[in-house]
Amino acid sequence: MTLLSIEGLSLDIHGTAILRDVSLSVDPGQIVGVIGESGSGKSMTAFAVMQLLPNGAECSGRVTLSGHDMLTLPESKLCALRGDEVGMVFQEPMTALNPIRTIGDQVAETILIHEDVSRADALARAREALNRVELPEDRFPLTRYPHELSGGQRQRVVIAMAIALRPKLLIADEPTTALDVTTQAQILKLLERLVREDGMGMLMITHDLAVVSDMADEIVIMQKGRVVERGPSPAIFANLQHPYSKALLAASGHIPDRVTADTGTPLLEVRGVVRDYRLPRKTLFGAPVVINAVRGVSFTLERGESLGLVGESGCGKSTLTRAILGLEEVQEGSIRLDGQPVFDGHTANRAVRRRMQVVFQDPYGSFNPRHRVERLITEPFHLLDTPPKGAERDAAIEEALTSVGLSPSDREKYPHEFSGGQRQRIAIARALIIKPDLIILDEAVSALDVSIRAQILDLLAELSAKYGLTYLFISHDLSVVRSITDRVLVMKSGEIVEEGPTARVFDSPQHPYTRQLIAAAPKLPDTSAA
Amino acid sequence: MTDPRVDHLPPEAAPIRTWHLAFRSRNLVIGGALTLVFVLAALISLVWVPYDITRMDIANKIKPPSVVNPLGTDHFGRDILSMIMVGARTSIAVAVIAVGIGMIFGVPLGLWAAARKGSLLDEVIMRANDLVFAFPALLIAIMITATFGPSAVNAIVAIGIFNIPVFARLTRSGALTLWQREFVMAARVAGKGSARISFEHILPNVTNLLIVQGTIQFSLGILAEAGLSYVGLGAQPPTPSWGRMLAESQTMISFAPHMALFPGLAILLTVLGLNLMGDGLRDIFDPKLRRGRS
Repeated sequence: MTLLSIEGLSLDIHGTAILRDVSLSVDPGQIVGVIGESGSGKSMTAFAVMQLLPNGAECSGRVTLSGHDMLTLPESKLCALRGDEVGMVFQEPMTALNPIRTIGDQVAETILIHEDVSRADALARAREALNRVELPEDRFPLTRYPHELSGGQRQRVVIAMAIALRPKLLIADEPTTALDVTTQAQILKLLERLVREDGMGMLMITHDLAVVSDMADEIVIMQKGRVVERGPSPAIFANLQHPYSKALLAASGHIPDRVTADTGTPLLEVRGVVRDYRLPRKTLFGAPVVINAVRGVSFTLERGESLGLVGESGCGKSTLTRAILGLEEVQEGSIRLDGQPVFDGHTANRAVRRRMQVVFQDPYGSFNPRHRVERLITEPFHLLDTPPKGAERDAAIEEALTSVGLSPSDREKYPHEFSGGQRQRIAIARALIIKPDLIILDEAVSALDVSIRAQILDLLAELSAKYGLTYLFISHDLSVVRSITDRVLVMKSGEIVEEGPTARVFDSPQHPYTRQLIAAAPKLPDTSAA
Repeated sequence: MTDPRVDHLPPEAAPIRTWHLAFRSRNLVIGGALTLVFVLAALISLVWVPYDITRMDIANKIKPPSVVNPLGTDHFGRDILSMIMVGARTSIAVAVIAVGIGMIFGVPLGLWAAARKGSLLDEVIMRANDLVFAFPALLIAIMITATFGPSAVNAIVAIGIFNIPVFARLTRSGALTLWQREFVMAARVAGKGSARISFEHILPNVTNLLIVQGTIQFSLGILAEAGLSYVGLGAQPPTPSWGRMLAESQTMISFAPHMALFPGLAILLTVLGLNLMGDGLRDIFDPKLRRGRS
């Protein structure tokens, strides 16, 4: 018997078409992966099942969940089903939990809403649910608050809330996107185990092909509100029919063509860098807690090389980036670009700073929304002693915009007129405009859809060949680092634990942590069978 | 790509869209209209009033509203409509200058504190703010006017001082979140100093907050002026003031309610108008709230 069946579902919100003729089904014990890029309607499909749609939404078609027609049920009946028959896991564990209530209360709440049981019974069952998501009682009593847990542990609490009533269907909307690679692997394993144990159906929504390819039984690929392809996994990957799904798979594993222009002359030399942070005192006379964000990091980046810096959140890579950029002074060690120190006394050395630029992760946050592109990308000219004026400035703007694939006429526009990928191009143009030697890419492609990411990676490869750029590529995404770097550094707890040519490190990792990272990274389906 | 911020971030409001939205917000339209009426009354009073407000006409004292005196006359036979019009001038002048003092001192202090977050300077600025906050504004205003003599100028200064911490705090909190944004980081990478970043990047992005708070403080300024004048510490006669008109009509309220009613209504409607306008502006500037209401 089919647990969830969606037939010809169409959804309009305030007259805008969101979903068109979506059909899929989930059987008990089956994992169905819904894959799509942003705007494909994958999350809206999930919300339509729960009937948690924004005002002005109109559905047509049929959504049947274990015999109930979800589109015609009154709200009170829907409330009874939500949580009881369907559980949901959200993307962001930081915001999915109420910060002022204990984890025990929050898990028990679901039980108390749906069943007429005493609070003590509910708490006992909450305990049981938390045990099932591997949060044992001795370390995670019910009285813990969300802020006392890490991101992965919070996500486990969210899962415990979703499975507390043993629902028949579990909807997981990007459950691991906000998590580190190793945590992601653990959460995926946990979800898979729970589904198999309880015989639940699971609808797993993600943008990441690699995440679902080896755990889903069936894959549904969505584009612009339509299902373009569905079929059993992993067989489907060997025989994709629709051009969009083929493009999606190709983009996920995209490797840009690169010429390695390694010259063997050092450009950036980092020697024994130490950076500590002093936290505010907890008590009036207690000694302040000191955090060693970076402890004795040394490496050399050669001119023309592309170096990757890999590590999970909190490993100190952002601190190191800020130190290299001269935004923060280091306590010990030296950072030199072409022999000149980044910090001259206590002030940043302008002569060095004008030779390096940075591209940030968030294409939406990296521009002042009130300035035009022209003004945004010429900001680094501030570093020059005599900034170009008039025709010279116009030529520089034109060249920067053209080289990143935008039109010179875009200089008059505001950032909100561009898409995420285009904004990232503007960010690259801003970095290029003063012709730096080194560009630091701080998670520069992490927030982009896979197809856009492939284009930006190509652009970066092309620009490095054209201008002889050196890249320091900072990322938590191993597949991206693998595709664009020559050499890679693996960082953990403020130290570099492994260093070597990218292919060597990925194929035969030496340090246990590197091995763990690589093993945890989701792998793309093998399509060689095609 | 599936970053929640990216997915749900609304496009930054372009100026044209903002104006378009302005007319869809009921609060803003009603509030703006009320405010406009009083600003116009004040402006017109500069060139024309129905009757000279310094001319007493004892023969026609305490007349209820009529065709000759639309809002009636007071106990000296002065036209109440004319007095309210000139009184609007006093209220608006006091409120504008008081908000101006608050912004001119408060905003740079807030920007400065945010730029040096966690430093001694930040502590000094913010603790000084707390100190001012710790005393009830009206009480200090009464103290100042009692020490230096009751006058409109002293009232303005007293109200203005209490606007400084309001704007300093608001600016600092708005600026602190902006300092975390990547475009500020990019400006730092471009070698810009904190003063330059504050004025080029931070200030234009907190203007929304300041405008909204400004309209609220404006209405509070009008209330404070009315309050001070009511106890005789604001503008001195013969300068008309809504607060003093209320005070003077108090003893006659049983047989001449119109004398208290109209200045009272003037205060009520102006303050209501400004608050509605502030709410409406906030809805427009803050897309999250706007969405919540749509």
